[in-house]
Amino acid sequence: MSAPAPGIGSRLKGLFSQQYAWGIVALLLLLAVDVIKDPSYLAITVNPTTGNLSGNLIDILRQSAPVLMIAVGMTLVVATRGIDLSVGSVMAVSGAVSMQFLSTAPNTAGSAFAALGMGLGLALVLGLVNGVLVAWVGLQPFITTLVMMLAGRGIARVITGGQNTAATNDAFRWIANGTVLGFPVVFVIAAVLVAAVAVLVRRTALGTMIEALGINPKASRLIGIRPGGLLLSVYALSALLAGLGGVFATASVMTVEVSRTGLNSELDAILAVVVGGTSLAGGKFSLTGSVVGALLITTLDKTIVFLSIPSAATPAFKAIVIVAVCLLQSERVRGWLRGRRAGRAPAQRPTPPSPAPSHSSPVAGPGGEPATSGSAGGAGTAGTDNDQKAVNA
Amino acid sequence: MAGKEPVVEMTGITVEFPGVRALDSVGLRLWPGEVHTIMGENGAGKSTLIKALTGVYKVDAGEITVAGESTRFTGPGDAQRSGISTVYQEVNLCENLSIGENVMLGNETRGAFGIRWAKTHDRARLVLQELGLGHLDPRAPLSSLSLAVQQLVAIARSIVSNTRVLILDEPTSSLDANEVEVLFGVMRTLRDKGVAILFVSHFLDQVYAISDRLTVLRNGQFVGEYLTHEINRSELIAQMIGKDLSSLKGMEHARELDQNAPREEFARLDGVGAKGIIEPTTLTLNKGEVLGFAGLLGSGRTELARLITGADRADTGTISIGGKPVRLRTPDAAIAQRIAFTSENRRDEGIIGDLSVRENLVLAVQAKRGWLRRVSRKEADALVETYIKRLNVRPADPDRPIKNLSGGNQQKVVLGRWLATEPELLVLDEPTRGIDVGAKSEISEVILELAGKGLSVVFISSELEEVVRLSDRIAVLRDHRLIAELVNGPDVDVESIVKTIAEEEAA
Repeated sequence: MSAPAPGIGSRLKGLFSQQYAWGIVALLLLLAVDVIKDPSYLAITVNPTTGNLSGNLIDILRQSAPVLMIAVGMTLVVATRGIDLSVGSVMAVSGAVSMQFLSTAPNTAGSAFAALGMGLGLALVLGLVNGVLVAWVGLQPFITTLVMMLAGRGIARVITGGQNTAATNDAFRWIANGTVLGFPVVFVIAAVLVAAVAVLVRRTALGTMIEALGINPKASRLIGIRPGGLLLSVYALSALLAGLGGVFATASVMTVEVSRTGLNSELDAILAVVVGGTSLAGGKFSLTGSVVGALLITTLDKTIVFLSIPSAATPAFKAIVIVAVCLLQSERVRGWLRGRRAGRAPAQRPTPPSPAPSHSSPVAGPGGEPATSGSAGGAGTAGTDNDQKAVNA
Repeated sequence: MAGKEPVVEMTGITVEFPGVRALDSVGLRLWPGEVHTIMGENGAGKSTLIKALTGVYKVDAGEITVAGESTRFTGPGDAQRSGISTVYQEVNLCENLSIGENVMLGNETRGAFGIRWAKTHDRARLVLQELGLGHLDPRAPLSSLSLAVQQLVAIARSIVSNTRVLILDEPTSSLDANEVEVLFGVMRTLRDKGVAILFVSHFLDQVYAISDRLTVLRNGQFVGEYLTHEINRSELIAQMIGKDLSSLKGMEHARELDQNAPREEFARLDGVGAKGIIEPTTLTLNKGEVLGFAGLLGSGRTELARLITGADRADTGTISIGGKPVRLRTPDAAIAQRIAFTSENRRDEGIIGDLSVRENLVLAVQAKRGWLRRVSRKEADALVETYIKRLNVRPADPDRPIKNLSGGNQQKVVLGRWLATEPELLVLDEPTRGIDVGAKSEISEVILELAGKGLSVVFISSELEEVVRLSDRIAVLRDHRLIAELVNGPDVDVESIVKTIAEEEAA
């Protein structure tokens, strides 16, 4: 508690003790590959008349918005030992109800707001259903949200009558295609919401309580934490953010494709969470990590297109990158690599004084708190050893 | 035993964790056909030494010789293949499997068509019989057994493979006297077959009853190796804590106050019970009084405590606080009435392992206050400083994940967590289980100090000496029923409590 303010060196070490550090490295590597192919890849141009920024980086920010939304919600759900498989379907539902409404509504800002409200409202209802089933009925999150994932697609189809409904509304379209201070509106909204959620969980005790619940539900109950409200809130928030993601996804083309909008998005979100260093076993979570994960996945998608990798091989390529990042984050693999470097027998394990090293492989440090990173979950990296000594001394 | 070669010899073992030297040039020798006990306070390095032997921790310096060959194990599995089996303090079995499957896990009998379950269960039955557990059905689910019997099953599991060295890390901490006798019988059988047994326990009686040889550690250093009959208890304790005994003496008669002084009631139970768990119980809890719950394991003492604290729901009777009936259906309802509860199961129901000491300490205050009003860093630091100092938590590092602390220090943090909520009733279920003499006396002191300040305390312990020493009044339970209430005095001691339990049994 009396640790001195960290210098730049220790800040850097602190960063590398975070699980998502390898996500950042992978992100930079992907961009480097792009730059090798096209040296002007990172160039950002300013449109002199509108002031809008354009370029590949801006595209990545724009495209990452829906994934960012669902990844943030997923992070909190995962931290409670849950999972939300329904986010992709919720995106379709929210997009469907917005489009269906707009297809008959007048082209005004008022109807855009109404459409937004309806989309988010319906998404929230679905999230509350998930939450009630998990928190009070006691169903397993996997089953609950799997059912919602299937039901959601059905609901979307019912709303549009099975059609891929298209609509025209300039205000609604602006959400996806407009700009604020030169930046895409979707990205600005996503950034503001991510920041708001981060403030909500880290400036209040919500984050700690969610972590406690995820690490040890029995002990948390005896401490007086009521799990019901927390669970309901995270599932509701996850669905709400997914609903917004659905609006982002449909507003850019002003069409909802009931069988394709948000398809497999839950997998992208889960990948982003894992790359960000939050363990699927629940507990410690890192929102910063999930943001890195979401950006990585978007960049990856874009790079795949840019490198003209055959679309048939796309999932395999994506998988290779993700597996590589996860392997680099694994304490065991890193210990093994370090052991090799130091010329030790490869079978020897690293020596964290943790009783269950295998469990802690994808555990994050506390998100956004670099000052305490020295003693965070990943206490086995070369970077943290010195920090720990300093803390213990 | 002279003349034989040790089966395991460890010399100059040094283990370092980041910033800490957990073991400093420690030695240990295990002879076949001998029970060898490692003694030491919590944090002395007992568990670390065991884990250094079995390869869980990397040894930074020193030599390990097994049957004359220099060896380094890469993990418990590797050690087991060389005949070194370990049973840990916390039961590590699969609750969802059957007893037999647990016993035979990894050693199933195989035939042409994979595992032959009938034969596997037969072998499991034989192994269990060897341990005097023949009455257990190998096909019954493990979860049907009490924690204590699960511990014995864990031992059965470890002797299935051809074991030369059996390591028992505090196996008795959750067993009652009868079960300990069964365990000791098993240990003697194995010893007579030539197995070297390494035993860790905090109970001096047990250590003297079973051990042939002792190794004492203190602060990661080797203090000495003794034959058990050559060192008396006082000397041993003095070696363990590194100071003379006069400071411990004061604890013997800690509770000498006016038993006739009128006491103000804090809470009253009126026929409080839960079907099949605890019969309706009527009991008064007074301010400034330590009420001990005495009884064998499974007598209902934990269950009653859980009803008082909202951890479980009562289905009959009423609890009143200050004369007003209250409903304690959940822990947070009890906490709102300023009732605090530490569970006997520290790992599963006490600590939040991955969170830091600071977060663990502050969490109950935070939960009480609600998520919206976060306990500020400044408040948290103040609480942490107060309770780390007051309860002497070591290491005094609030940023360390609590799972990396020793058991005694985890318990102190959990106690501090509740003291921080300023409770009026503190229910402590086995707060001293599995922790060392030093931490025990520190926790006892805190309990007495709190009662002196007017707190109502319920104290539950398997060690009757402790209950007698600390309690003003003792509630005796047996078979899910309150059978007697004794006011502590010169005529109440362990013997009279045991007699109370036994007499009722005869009646």
